[in-house]
Amino acid sequence: MSIGAFLLRRLGGGLLAIVGVSILVFAFLHIVPGDPVDHLAGGDATPEQRAKIEKCMGLDKSLPGQFVQFMGHVVDGSLGQQCPDPKGKPTVAGRIWEVFPHTLWLALAGMLVAIVLALPLGMVAALRRGTWVDTLATTTSLSMVALPQMMFAPLLLFWFFVTLGWLPGPTEVGPTAIVLPAIAVGTHLMAMLARMTRSSLVEVLGEDYVRTARAKGLPEGRVLVGHALRNALLPVITVVGLQFGSLLSGAVIIENVFARPGLGTTLLDAIRERNYPVVQGTVLVIAAIYVVVNILVDLAYGLADPRIRRG
Amino acid sequence: MKLFTGKLRLWTSAWVGIVMMGTFILVGIIGPWIAPWDVGPTSLDLAHRFEGPSAQHWLGTDSKGADTLSQLLWGARSALQLSFIVTLISTAIGVALGVMAGWFRGAVDEVLMRIVDILMAFPGILLNIAIVATVAQPGIGVMIVALCANGWVGYARVARGQVLALRERDFVAAAVALGASNRRVMWKHLVPNSLGPVLVQMAFGIGSVIMIEAALSFLGLGPQVDYTWGAMLDQARTFLWKSDWVRVYGLVAGVAIMWVVLGANLLRDGLNDRLDPKQRGR
Repeated sequence: MSIGAFLLRRLGGGLLAIVGVSILVFAFLHIVPGDPVDHLAGGDATPEQRAKIEKCMGLDKSLPGQFVQFMGHVVDGSLGQQCPDPKGKPTVAGRIWEVFPHTLWLALAGMLVAIVLALPLGMVAALRRGTWVDTLATTTSLSMVALPQMMFAPLLLFWFFVTLGWLPGPTEVGPTAIVLPAIAVGTHLMAMLARMTRSSLVEVLGEDYVRTARAKGLPEGRVLVGHALRNALLPVITVVGLQFGSLLSGAVIIENVFARPGLGTTLLDAIRERNYPVVQGTVLVIAAIYVVVNILVDLAYGLADPRIRRG
Repeated sequence: MKLFTGKLRLWTSAWVGIVMMGTFILVGIIGPWIAPWDVGPTSLDLAHRFEGPSAQHWLGTDSKGADTLSQLLWGARSALQLSFIVTLISTAIGVALGVMAGWFRGAVDEVLMRIVDILMAFPGILLNIAIVATVAQPGIGVMIVALCANGWVGYARVARGQVLALRERDFVAAAVALGASNRRVMWKHLVPNSLGPVLVQMAFGIGSVIMIEAALSFLGLGPQVDYTWGAMLDQARTFLWKSDWVRVYGLVAGVAIMWVVLGANLLRDGLNDRLDPKQRGR
């Protein structure tokens, strides 16, 4: 299959999934009891104020009409109106654009922490397989997978902000404000990646081509870097990509603990406020990010491994 | 020698996992009976807030003076209940749909896989949050619905994959040739033969349900009680600055969650090794 056909098929499937998620969320929001106008207008609103909000959110239209209206807002790029226009951001897209850089930075920084820690850990474990080093590395990464972020993140905050005073706390800004959240996000990911790196490298080291490389007298370093690692890192790339996608949709717990703005928090707040347009817009953006990242991962995989491209 | 160590490791991991999960199940069942104190609203004791371990309160007390150990034990019950109910419902739905999709193929398969795609096109925990947060009165029922809503997907994929391989096998062809109905083939041949990997998935599932539940309670979306592990973590986070014992209080709940998730992961790895010899020693 050519790259073009592959892309077309995946994009089509992805579009279907995004539309599916949108319909699901739309239906869900309208099935669940609770009047959004009550939440947004407050209890003592006049009928005129209520009617204004209802009109602004498009709630005066029929259900299919509302969905068509939402799709229209998707096409024009605004993703809908913010009602009743809080914080001077008139459109939902504006609100998402405002928080997205925070999410993006956290995802990048967290991923960096994870990769820098995971690759050496996984490689050492694989190369010293069966020794105490391996046992230690494997046990560490297994425990980190199980470590609840809900405990780890507040503890980090306590040690480095309250006790030691080395790093800034929640809501503070500055270049070092990202460090603690990034460590909190990264350690969890690190554990997954280290396990993956180890098992993948162990498998590759048993392959015939590695034995051949050794037999033809290549120095061990070149066998490792040129032959083993190159192949072993393929599945790791996949996991990195997919995890990056989920980080981009917002690390809700970490955002919550460190009081950081982000996509996850925006969605959570919007659901609590019953701000339908914001919920729908955020969900759409998150689903789109997910789908695009998935496709990119598959493409990267094909570029990194010629065997897949041919297949 | 290498083979021997390989086998030994496999068994260690599976056994440690079984012992850890076993402890959790046991504590979850008998916990509330052996809990020394009550955990409901009656346990309010403002004179003894955030105390360290003492003869009356072995693990100290929380922000309302309630006994930490008792909350831990009650928390085990609620975690056990929720994780088993959610895992069983998810498995039942997932296996039923997955087996049907894999056996009938065609339109059934197509529709199911599209639904799976849609659910996979969205981060799981946000979906759970969305469902729980839209309902005004969060409770255990809502939590079960929310966790099952996407929980079945993993089981459906595993079961479908198994059936796709099984349907080519001779014993299935023989059953069909002997005139077995679809229902009979599915119940007598496909479901029993695909249960192994499903079991592995269940071991893992219990761990992740507990983690997600704790996350939801932590965000204030759980059943509105103090004695779930997630709620305990939320309380510890809120009063983090108050005293050293607050951190101990949070650690108690955090370590409990870690215990179960670690046990579930070890059990899954151990079972995986046993079911798939190719994976052995990796």
